[in-house]
Amino acid sequence: MTRVMLRGNESIAYAFKLARVKVVPAYPITPSTLVPEKISEFIANGEMDAEFVPVESEHSAISAAVGASAKGVRVGTATASQGLALMHEVLFIASGMRLPIVMGIGNRALSAPINIWCDHQDMMSARDAGWLQFYAESNQEGLDLGIMAFKIAEDERVLLPVMVGLDAFVLTHTVEPVEMPEQGDVDEFLGEFKPKYVTLDPKKPATLGAFAFPEHYMEFKFGQWVAMERSKKVIDEVFEEFERKFGRRYRKVTPEFMDDAEIAIVTMGSMSGTAREFVKRMRSQGKKVGLVKITTFRPFPKEELLEVLRGVKVVAVMERNISFGFGGAVYGELGATFNNLAEKPKILDFIVGLGGRDITFKTFQSVYEIAEKALSEDVDEVNWIDVNKEAVYKAEGLL
Amino acid sequence: MNYENEEFFAPGHGMCAGCAAPIIVKWVLKLAGPNTIVVNATGCLEVATTPYPRTAWRVPWLHVAFENAAAAASGVEAAAKAMGEKVNIIAFGGDGGTADIGFQALSGMVERGHNVLYVLYDNEAYMNTGIQRSGATPWGAWTTTSKVGKANPIGKMRPKKPIARIIAAHNAAYVATANPAIFNDFKKKVQKALNTEGARFLHVLSSCTTGWRHDPSKTVEIMRLATDTGLFPLYEIENGDIENMRITYKPKQFKPVEEYLKMQGRFRHLLKNPEYVKKLQDDIDAWWAKYGHHYQK
Repeated sequence: MTRVMLRGNESIAYAFKLARVKVVPAYPITPSTLVPEKISEFIANGEMDAEFVPVESEHSAISAAVGASAKGVRVGTATASQGLALMHEVLFIASGMRLPIVMGIGNRALSAPINIWCDHQDMMSARDAGWLQFYAESNQEGLDLGIMAFKIAEDERVLLPVMVGLDAFVLTHTVEPVEMPEQGDVDEFLGEFKPKYVTLDPKKPATLGAFAFPEHYMEFKFGQWVAMERSKKVIDEVFEEFERKFGRRYRKVTPEFMDDAEIAIVTMGSMSGTAREFVKRMRSQGKKVGLVKITTFRPFPKEELLEVLRGVKVVAVMERNISFGFGGAVYGELGATFNNLAEKPKILDFIVGLGGRDITFKTFQSVYEIAEKALSEDVDEVNWIDVNKEAVYKAEGLL
Repeated sequence: MNYENEEFFAPGHGMCAGCAAPIIVKWVLKLAGPNTIVVNATGCLEVATTPYPRTAWRVPWLHVAFENAAAAASGVEAAAKAMGEKVNIIAFGGDGGTADIGFQALSGMVERGHNVLYVLYDNEAYMNTGIQRSGATPWGAWTTTSKVGKANPIGKMRPKKPIARIIAAHNAAYVATANPAIFNDFKKKVQKALNTEGARFLHVLSSCTTGWRHDPSKTVEIMRLATDTGLFPLYEIENGDIENMRITYKPKQFKPVEEYLKMQGRFRHLLKNPEYVKKLQDDIDAWWAKYGHHYQK
């Protein structure tokens, strides 16, 4: 294992290289453009034996990925934001056909207004597409999750595609030290790719992507449900095997400073680093606050969250996405997680950092103040932080 | 190997009686043989041949969506290449999935030069959704979205998109128009396309009994008239050399376009006005005056 300096996009590209991906169809889009550039470079230098398909759109990128995966090779691609939105239709087809494609996402805001910076709206809008969704905190996590994604996706108990999200610019374009696994170790870890699904083989003709009537359709969907449920155990197994081999521990949900916590801050992605420092500072001031980082958003880690949030009084969900007319996606799902329990914490939603707005100590301070207040009184459930509300109210004719 | 006596497209599928698409598909596959993978755009052909758990396909077959058969075929080809596998990769799409919604993916596939044979079965409207006009619908055709009425006595007011020439302009290795009713020419072109490396495109006319509104027993007769009136000329273009396009078939005696029109309900309204028929005839005559010298025996 060697220590190298990598940008987040390079983490994904190296994960594909180490996984010996055979076909990479991709279309450039800020902030994930460096992934196809790097793959093109690996192939040009003879360091990677793969076909790069420089498609004319993201829709064709994912369509070619489906074609290549159906033929029976390991496939990776990458995109972000509008590109993921353009793929939307085919995302459902990839999962419905049970193809273990891995896709790196440079998590970026959706238009309008057009904006190239970080939030999670792109992946959240693909929440119901039947893909597993992982969010990386660092470039090391991007690389490791990228490698593990193949093992999880290809497990015959799963056979579902996986997205690995890296925050736009904060990770995709930021250089961080990364432990680079040895090729031989990754080969051992992943094993040779032998598709465990029916492929396009002239020796064994099969019809893939058939037309299903109401009498069959629901069983296909229930199959995806069962596979997603089973993936929970597979993820744990793969995380454990990865730790044994490479020494780095991953969990679907990582609790920190949670033992006696009254307030839990829930995060995903790169803001978790800042959150950790903030929680440390609060702890040094005697505040009973802890951090809960979610790495796997799909499947949603219900059981783990119930475990780590047991006994907590206020849960402050911080999230870079919004479902207009309700609130953030994590907030909604966390609320449903506690639905049938008699004893439940107050769950508050904090919409932060949309379109690349910085999430700073001040942001956490604002969140914490509201959460602390909620220990003794009622507060709003959905809170937008660091927003010039007055300007919006004026523009909307409310002031 | 000759597979002309074998069927890779099984009978029992749900395509309409009189539909020309199965004739095209069955013969493309007989000429390609079993070492073939088919990628199919959404459309009549896809829907009517793969009602789970049954299938009419005796070769590997993939359907992804409507507008991306060319992109999916690109991926299949890239994977076959990565596996070191030599295999015919053939995409089938209707005029919607090819010339309209699937146009971008097709343009990309041809520009990148994927080793794929793309076969357009052109029935000149969106027939699977029930006869809506497409870019390939000819001038003067009635469809359910180019309806004929007091304010519009013509139907579709724009000419047919010249998709074969557009694809040829991408420097495709081989492009040809073909008509299964002119069978020897059709067969020769399929064979030539199969034996050419690179991105290949066959634009094959395919009548639709319900959309063209014709007697299902007249399919071959009507399609033959499409070419014998000069309306659907048969030519081929190699490596994007449009200037040297070769017209491969010329009727001994051109038939008047009216003969073609009067066999189809979609053109019935045109016959009420001799000017409309004359306009179509003039268009055909102009095309042959301009390009007729490209004919080679």
